[in-house]
Amino acid sequence: MSETKIAESIIETTSKDFKGKVDPDWCPGCGDFSVLKSLQVVVSSLGLRPHEVVTISGIGCSSNFPGYFNAYGMHTLHGRSLAVATGVKMANHEMTVLVTGGDGDGYGIGGNHFTHISRRNVDLTYLVMNNQIYGLTTGQISPTSEIGMKTKSTPFGNVEKPLNPITQAIMNGATFVARGYSGDQKHLQMLMKEAIQHHGFSLIDIFSPCVTFNHDNDYAFFRPRVRKLEDEGHNPEDWKSACEKALMWGDEIYIGKFLHVQRPTLDAQEPVLEEGGPIAHREIAISNEQSETIIKRMM
Amino acid sequence: MKDAKFDFALAIGGAAGQGVATPGNILARMFVRRGLHIHAYNAYQSIIRGGHILLTIRVADVELPCHGDKIDLLMCLNQDTLDRHLQILGPGGRAIYNSDKLEPSEPPEGVTLVPIPVGELTDNNPNKLMQNTAFIGVTTALMGIDFEVLGEALTEVFKRKGQDVIDLNTGTAKAAFDYTHANFEIFPDPVPSGDEPLAVWSGNDALAMGGAAAGVKFYAAYPMSPATGVLHWMANNARDLDIMVRQIEDEIGVANIVIGAAHAGARAMCATSGGGFALMTEAIGSAAMMEIPVVYINVMRAGPSTGVPTKTEQGDLWQMLGASQGDFQRFIVAPKNALDAFNTIPEVFNLCDAAQCPGIVLSDLLISEGTFSVPAKEINMQPEINRGELITEPRVSNDDGLADPATREGGGYKRYKDTENGVSPRAILGLEGYVHVVSTDEHDEDGVLISDEFTNPHKRQMMVEKRARKFESVVDRIAPPELEGPADADVTLLGWGSTWGVIHEACKQLSNAGIIANHLPVKWIVPLYGDEIEEILGRSKRVIIVENNQSGQFARYLRSETGFKANGHIRKYDGEPFMPHHIVAGVQEQLANETEIYVPRHEIMV
Repeated sequence: MSETKIAESIIETTSKDFKGKVDPDWCPGCGDFSVLKSLQVVVSSLGLRPHEVVTISGIGCSSNFPGYFNAYGMHTLHGRSLAVATGVKMANHEMTVLVTGGDGDGYGIGGNHFTHISRRNVDLTYLVMNNQIYGLTTGQISPTSEIGMKTKSTPFGNVEKPLNPITQAIMNGATFVARGYSGDQKHLQMLMKEAIQHHGFSLIDIFSPCVTFNHDNDYAFFRPRVRKLEDEGHNPEDWKSACEKALMWGDEIYIGKFLHVQRPTLDAQEPVLEEGGPIAHREIAISNEQSETIIKRMM
Repeated sequence: MKDAKFDFALAIGGAAGQGVATPGNILARMFVRRGLHIHAYNAYQSIIRGGHILLTIRVADVELPCHGDKIDLLMCLNQDTLDRHLQILGPGGRAIYNSDKLEPSEPPEGVTLVPIPVGELTDNNPNKLMQNTAFIGVTTALMGIDFEVLGEALTEVFKRKGQDVIDLNTGTAKAAFDYTHANFEIFPDPVPSGDEPLAVWSGNDALAMGGAAAGVKFYAAYPMSPATGVLHWMANNARDLDIMVRQIEDEIGVANIVIGAAHAGARAMCATSGGGFALMTEAIGSAAMMEIPVVYINVMRAGPSTGVPTKTEQGDLWQMLGASQGDFQRFIVAPKNALDAFNTIPEVFNLCDAAQCPGIVLSDLLISEGTFSVPAKEINMQPEINRGELITEPRVSNDDGLADPATREGGGYKRYKDTENGVSPRAILGLEGYVHVVSTDEHDEDGVLISDEFTNPHKRQMMVEKRARKFESVVDRIAPPELEGPADADVTLLGWGSTWGVIHEACKQLSNAGIIANHLPVKWIVPLYGDEIEEILGRSKRVIIVENNQSGQFARYLRSETGFKANGHIRKYDGEPFMPHHIVAGVQEQLANETEIYVPRHEIMV
């Protein structure tokens, strides 16, 4: 989203303008409610209007998000939100693209796209409601479940090491990497605002507890453990320190902005976008001159 | 197509890395510059160095439907080529080889050996590619073409490498040219000239150009033989045509990224082969559910699984029919040749835009990787473009009142409005006044999910019927298949897709052999003009279905759609394409009631 775009906006929006047609069907107490509310507040505070924003999700509890958010929305296949979102952003780079989903959707089945969107630095914001469990399928381990966790698919305890989305995104080239906590909306909103304003791929991995199926990592688990990087004087340009802090788990778990660096975005490097606006809005017929050029190459 | 007065086939054989392509390109360039038509097929293997390649270039004074039956001139770049193919040459055939190194077996009767002392003619130049240049000189001489024509071609091909390289190659070619004239008889038929120079393309070029002509602004791909040529054409020409081209991490990503671009409003396309297509299938169903028009190209190769990556087959028909879970509509079309593929892409885009659904174009290695001449005037880069009911302008109205849920932005717009013909006007992303959500879950007219809670059987039925109805509303724009050849025939040959050319030529050969055959080529798989096909076949004395697979995929499909059971079948599934005489032999055996399923045995070991 460009700075000028914000300045041009005349009609003021409020968070209510981003309230969707239907209310969420999440379980009472689900962390996702706070994420939804926070995003509505942040997007309106940025002066954006619903038609300027698109939310794109995959499948899972948190992926029902676009239905609860009044903006353009795409509820795509399980794991494919980042691929679809890349197509949307590249075809219309003037839109503010927000991708929402869960840990299984993004880090499991969609892991390949997560890897590659990071290195491509596609200018969009990815909000992962990480509850360390598969909820919509009634409770199985996810790629972020802790070792030893007992679920319906691991009745004797999980033996697989969880992946770390923060270090993964940093290593793969993401330019804005943060961790939020749905129990601290004010902090989360601060991260969201910066992430959306950042030019490049922004990940916010959000601890968003599943109160129904994950009784290990609930609010009681996180509340005494979370520490804010902002309180520690962390330098978000220092990727090594960012990785060290992101790997900490136990009595102290960091939330906040781990990495914030600048690198050219994919759309900024696309020669076709140097002039002429979004490709989705252009005349599509081939000109006489273009036709002659092409046929001449065949002779 | 007219009968040829001049019809000549040249084959160049060698190992990968020996430079088979360069003499092929130089000779092809000489032919099309003269206005002669070419049809080339390259039999190769999935190896970068080694193995065996046989490039067959057929050249004639008329348009050519296929690469034919014969080899008149075999250029052997190595002993392996001589060993494999000398014995299949017919009377009048000749084989060029390096007599310093290669030892031929006893040639068949009527075949002339053309031994060339390459060392002497190249001053023992250690560069092994000089042999190829010498052989081009020999070929030019044997075909009775003036040396100036070759000289010009060599100058053009090597101009980037500097005058020394041009002089070296021209000198070598001339020495070989003169040696040939001094020592061998040239072919009796002089090489004619056509009216004007012709253009050259591959089927993959044609598919890509069809996309460009249709107004594709976003192309994504993951490399996969034999579809990679589409990506290469797009990448080479993208900047001149304002097309965004992206290589993606896998075909799942490709299939979904084009959906994103198409939903944003761009015409978007991708191409792959069967394995990649298998990964794309879930996305194709999602395009159907979200009602987003996208064109997917599958260039078939021999399967299953990784199969034979560099060989052709028509084995993916049922994969296309059954691509993705659920019961939904998709166009499936199998063009007959490169020019048809070029013209089909814009047509499919118009249909997909009209019906807001996915379309599948089915090519195969034979079309996609073949090299063909085409008259430039037949290439229309500005075909009709019709985007259907697409909303591209914002609306600023009282609807835009915000805050009040009843009239908030997008209020009143129903993306999936249940209309009479099933087509709901589609707003591209980002327009004021049309805010909406699309979903891979089943949804109501306004996009709200009816899948997870408050499922409603009546609404579900309505949406299923709406999607089916919009498809039906556009199918009458598609031309039904037409019988080619005499109405009254001994046998009707039915083929689909790329077999058009070889069946076309086989019908002529059958006629020469006293058997009257006509030809029903089927291009549109879905929608299938079942009633029309049944009516045509009902008038036939005997129907034989020709296809490049083992199980008779089209025969089973036709029977499932119409109940029609053919009298016989000609099938080939060894990786190599049909040659006309294979079909002629199959028809003759079936007319003699020797078999119902004829499977030719490929003579050329490649």
